Amino acid sequence: MTDTKPILRLDGIVKTFPGVRALDGVSFAVMPGEVHALMGENGAGKSTLMKVLGGIHQPDGGAIYMGDEQVVMSGPLEAKAKGIVFIHQELSLAEELTVAENIYLGELPRKSFGRVDWKTLAEKTNAILKKLRVGFDALTRVGDLSIANQQMVEIARALTVDAKAVIFDEPTASLTDAEKVVLFDVISDLKADGVGIIYISHRMEEIFKITDRISVLRDGQYQGTVATPETDEERVTQMMIGRKLDLTRNALHHELGDVALEVRGLSCGKLYTDISFEVRRGEVVGFYGLVGAGRTEIAETLFGLRDPSAGQILLDGEEVRLNSPVDAIARGISLVPEDRKGQGLVLGMNCRDNMTLPQVDDLTAGPFVAEGAEVAIFDQYRDQLDIRTPGWRARVGNLSGGNQQKIVIGKWLSMHPSLLIVDEPTRGIDVGSKSEIHKLLRGLAAKGYAVMVISSEMPEVLHVSDRIVAMYSGRIMRTFTSDEVTEDSLIQAISGLGGDGKAA
Amino acid sequence: MQPGALSKALKNGAIWGFIVLELIFFSVAGEFMSLSDTAFMDWENMLLLLKQSAPIGIIAMGMTIVMVNGNIDLSVGATFAIAAIILLDSMTWPFMAAMGDWAIPFAWLFALIVGTLLGALNGLLVWKTGVDAFIVTLGSMLGYRGIVFMFNGENPTSHLNWTLVDFAEAEFLGIATASWFLLAATGAMWFLMTKTVHGRNAYAIGDNREAAVNAGIRVGPHMMINFAIIGFLAALSAVVFYSESGSVNPNDGQLYELWVITAVVLGGTKITGGAGSVIGTFGGVIAIQLLRKGLGHIGADTSTVNLVIGLILIAVLFLDRQLNVKGKEALKV
Amino acid sequence: MATLSKQKIGSVLAKQGILIAFAVFIVAFTLANNKFLTVDNVFSVVPASAKQGVMALGVTFVVISGNLDLSVGSMMSFSTIVVLDLHDKIGPFLAIPAMFAMTLCLGAFIGILVGYLRLNSLIVTLGMLSAIHGLTLTYSGGQNMDIADKEGTWFSVFGQGTALGIPVPILIFALLAAVLGLMLSRTPFGRKVYAVGGNGTAATFSGIRRARTVFMCYILSAFCVATAGLIQASRSLGSQNTVGQGLELEVLAAVILGGASLMGGSGTIFKTVIGVLILGFIQNGLLLLGLQFYVQYVVTWVIIILAVWLDIAAKRGRLWSPIA
Repeated sequence: MTDTKPILRLDGIVKTFPGVRALDGVSFAVMPGEVHALMGENGAGKSTLMKVLGGIHQPDGGAIYMGDEQVVMSGPLEAKAKGIVFIHQELSLAEELTVAENIYLGELPRKSFGRVDWKTLAEKTNAILKKLRVGFDALTRVGDLSIANQQMVEIARALTVDAKAVIFDEPTASLTDAEKVVLFDVISDLKADGVGIIYISHRMEEIFKITDRISVLRDGQYQGTVATPETDEERVTQMMIGRKLDLTRNALHHELGDVALEVRGLSCGKLYTDISFEVRRGEVVGFYGLVGAGRTEIAETLFGLRDPSAGQILLDGEEVRLNSPVDAIARGISLVPEDRKGQGLVLGMNCRDNMTLPQVDDLTAGPFVAEGAEVAIFDQYRDQLDIRTPGWRARVGNLSGGNQQKIVIGKWLSMHPSLLIVDEPTRGIDVGSKSEIHKLLRGLAAKGYAVMVISSEMPEVLHVSDRIVAMYSGRIMRTFTSDEVTEDSLIQAISGLGGDGKAA
Repeated sequence: MQPGALSKALKNGAIWGFIVLELIFFSVAGEFMSLSDTAFMDWENMLLLLKQSAPIGIIAMGMTIVMVNGNIDLSVGATFAIAAIILLDSMTWPFMAAMGDWAIPFAWLFALIVGTLLGALNGLLVWKTGVDAFIVTLGSMLGYRGIVFMFNGENPTSHLNWTLVDFAEAEFLGIATASWFLLAATGAMWFLMTKTVHGRNAYAIGDNREAAVNAGIRVGPHMMINFAIIGFLAALSAVVFYSESGSVNPNDGQLYELWVITAVVLGGTKITGGAGSVIGTFGGVIAIQLLRKGLGHIGADTSTVNLVIGLILIAVLFLDRQLNVKGKEALKV
Repeated sequence: MATLSKQKIGSVLAKQGILIAFAVFIVAFTLANNKFLTVDNVFSVVPASAKQGVMALGVTFVVISGNLDLSVGSMMSFSTIVVLDLHDKIGPFLAIPAMFAMTLCLGAFIGILVGYLRLNSLIVTLGMLSAIHGLTLTYSGGQNMDIADKEGTWFSVFGQGTALGIPVPILIFALLAAVLGLMLSRTPFGRKVYAVGGNGTAATFSGIRRARTVFMCYILSAFCVATAGLIQASRSLGSQNTVGQGLELEVLAAVILGGASLMGGSGTIFKTVIGVLILGFIQNGLLLLGLQFYVQYVVTWVIIILAVWLDIAAKRGRLWSPIA
């Protein structure tokens, strides 16, 4: 590879936001015909780097080279004109428009008087779609496609221009296995044409299957580049998190109390079917599975946000109907939701008000909110959870992800729930806060709380759970105790393989 | 049939179904309640209806692209009034008066240019300041109205030019001048929105603004052009209407924005942008005018028209919500 | 350092800009016309803006909850006409509560549509603007409504009376502003209004009844409208059907001028009051300077755009929008 020049080279890129050094001297190069993986934990700076590359952010230092020439990306259009194409993770499609219009968004072929040249457009699009072997045509409305097919439309955009470098950001998140094969074919075609590819993904098996080299970011800093064949998952992980992956299980078990929650044959449309499990006081039950396996939907049902189509929910042995979060909270259920910014916090409100929101009706002195009592609650959980904020008046939107998450956890702990459900409690927060939150969850169980932890991260589930429920496609595949669980059996169970055969 | 296709077909055809219903209802009810002897479904009556739809209808075509683009324009009524005053006032200017009837095309041109510029000013403000279109045009609705009063205080501005009146009252192939302008505006906007790159980009911006930005579509100029278009059409509407009437009150055009938005929403344009069609809007305009005329035909007064239109607007919104209702297992937030 | 202090100035301007602007106005007009800041003038300005002010208080709740209310103008016409009509039919004692009840019913109707059925508030209240106007015309038969005995009724006290030397409309406005200000800033309900407007989904996930909160905002708005209608009816003792026409936008302008975001979640009663006063004083100040009423329209236009623009410019840290 030394004989060819890199097609795209980043040299010492620095990007700062107020208070944060998001990128700190990042350098790496992509060769023509190379699939280059970019890895790092959430918040490591991958997406900021891509925004710099796409011209959405301007770097504060460093330079971007294409071939020998230094380039300045003034905006997405310029990046595209220079042959850099982005395949976004979040679908950026206009649903009301046709597939063809979406693929050629921003550069529809023209005829006289600014008319769209529909014929050329359809021909070009259908040629691309043929290459992707999809079952829809150029004139289908994008809103009528499945999510996976929409992802394929997104991918088709890479094939419209004479791309020099294509950046795939988590492209397989919503693809089926068959569709993945097509995607990998597309990537190898691009590769054969001498296109440089940056491939961002968390899925190790994909990285090791298709990439040539791996570059790693951690906390905005470049950690190095390794050739894929010469490394293994463990070493890459170590580069990503700065230490060895802790796959230890939770060995400490508390005295288990009564059954706090029992679920019998619960179903909700197509989301999940025939779910039965129980959670005892003093126990942490982990729910592990792929995105879309139905775990979050179960939590939302238990919190009164979805109506189950069948089955029973029993709290302390008594069957209950939960029609709204108000009912659920009154029954002592708390949910730390998956989407911290969308569901957990009112970002424009201050820390104290966010924390006391669920009980604001009860914290009153006469007709008014008892602000003293509120501040007392805030202080208590700030100290207990070590929330770093300038004070309760700080807007929650200005805090770091970890501190925001702790506000949400504090909010629900202050309700003294009998059942605490946490959904992806450490998504997008730094390593230090992660282990604190894990400790906290164990500590809560020790105090006799019944805890449900939903997570997509295996180390987390292994680390905090007394028992692990493995889910696949809306069904419980198997329940493990922390003593009997192995990584292999867990992975098999959540992939729909093996398990105890109950639902397979 | 694909799932959802039925509800979609229902939605797309809803406005025409509604028009047919109105026609049937007023024809039948008219038999028993009408004060006049003529039938409601009279050809002459329908042609008159088309003509009367023109002032609102022409503006509604512009509102369609502005709303599809994800914006709104509340200032159209004031722009309408300013253009009307320019039209009539300019013909009294000395150099214009000296030209005799040749002043007419210039008066038209002046009015249309002013309308376009006022619209473009709204667009420029939305683009450059980043203030929401609702607020910008709420402000200019007041501001432009203030400008209207500056011409002649609270007195009407009048100028009758009989050549102009003759032209406006003329009929070609049995269809009135105003109706021709409505049809032309509809046709032109239909072409713009379905056939041109600008029109398709307008949909993309309203549908998913971030995607449009990522694809390199320049959002600002598109918005400005669309505001200029609605300004132009508001002026065109004024020009067509006041060529005939020859006198404008400073309060004319008030509440037009409400009628126009009602027509556009009835016609199926999404309030949040990204979806809608000129043809649907045309249906919405006709439906409203039918309702006004029909209620008049069966002897109801203006108050009933206001009441009925308001409630129908809400009912349409409600039905739309019911048709799009998600499954029972959906998240209740 | 220079940029830091610039940012600081920016944020101070953003937070207190409306107050500074208000102070500048008062000083400028006082310098231009020595009659401006006299008790007489103030007492004549504020009652004239009292009905807009009272309505703006209610609309502030609606806007903070993330919705709009464009129906307040035509709803005020309704209350004014109804109370004037009932005054002669059942006497003022019964007319006032009856009018309040009817107006609250309209508010409840909107509240159900927007709160419980989750329909778009812009379109719903636009529809209600038209529908209530129709309702008013139907009620009055299109006729102006007048009280027969204008001299002999105590009903005029709400609009024309004074207490402790202060005009009653000012007192009503001040009292309502104080009560609603406390309600918004200090009670659990107020907190929920901010939460629902700031992030409705997060509010639901925190066990707040979103629909009920929005519903209550529209009830409050209707209550304020009814009060404004009472003031209007009592000031004039006779009215046209269109007395409130266009007020919805004037009221909304005051609320926006006070810095409430149409996205919801921000704004205060205090700032709305300042917004109302600014609009009132502009109107009055320009008249005192001998300018025509319509100049006020143009000035209001410029002020609204400038106020909102500077507000968001300070928030995003740059003057011009990043829109490409």
